[in-house]
Amino acid sequence: MSDLSDYSPTKGADSELQDFLLAEKQKAQFHAQIHEFNDFCWDKCVDKPGAKLDSRTETCITNCVERFIDVSLLITNRFAQMLEKGGGMH
Amino acid sequence: MDSLSTGSLSGVQKEELMDQVKQQIAIANAQELLTKMSEKCFKKCINKPGTSLDNSEQKCIAMCMDRYMDAWNLVSRTYSSRIQRERNNM
Repeated sequence: MSDLSDYSPTKGADSELQDFLLAEKQKAQFHAQIHEFNDFCWDKCVDKPGAKLDSRTETCITNCVERFIDVSLLITNRFAQMLEKGGGMH
Repeated sequence: MDSLSTGSLSGVQKEELMDQVKQQIAIANAQELLTKMSEKCFKKCINKPGTSLDNSEQKCIAMCMDRYMDAWNLVSRTYSSRIQRERNNM
């Protein structure tokens, strides 16, 4: 985290605050996304919680996150193509 | 606060505002985590709710919390490195 160390007094107060809020917003969105992935992949991958996450569960969680992102990207691209062709939604 | 006309905020006031924002976000994050953990670990550990939480249920809850955190951190690492990879591909 960059914190306030890169504060530049030449910038206006507003733009500094805006930068700060934008960065915080992005961090919050990142965290929200992790909560969502974890919610979803926990149900998919964790059976009975044991003394530690075994390697099978770890692999499942990693794959779960990666494949979920793949699916989102695939669907987004395909959806964009659908819109381009003018098909689908009317 | 009347709109976001922050031009008149002193440096100290601005730092206070930023700290407050950070704190609020941290609290919201912790609350989200707590809610999710309670829900997930209740599901995993309490099959038939009895008149009190018995010993094995309490142990299960404790373990479940730790594993949920493990999973959260793993998801976070996986997601971060995916974002990094996608950025490099752009």
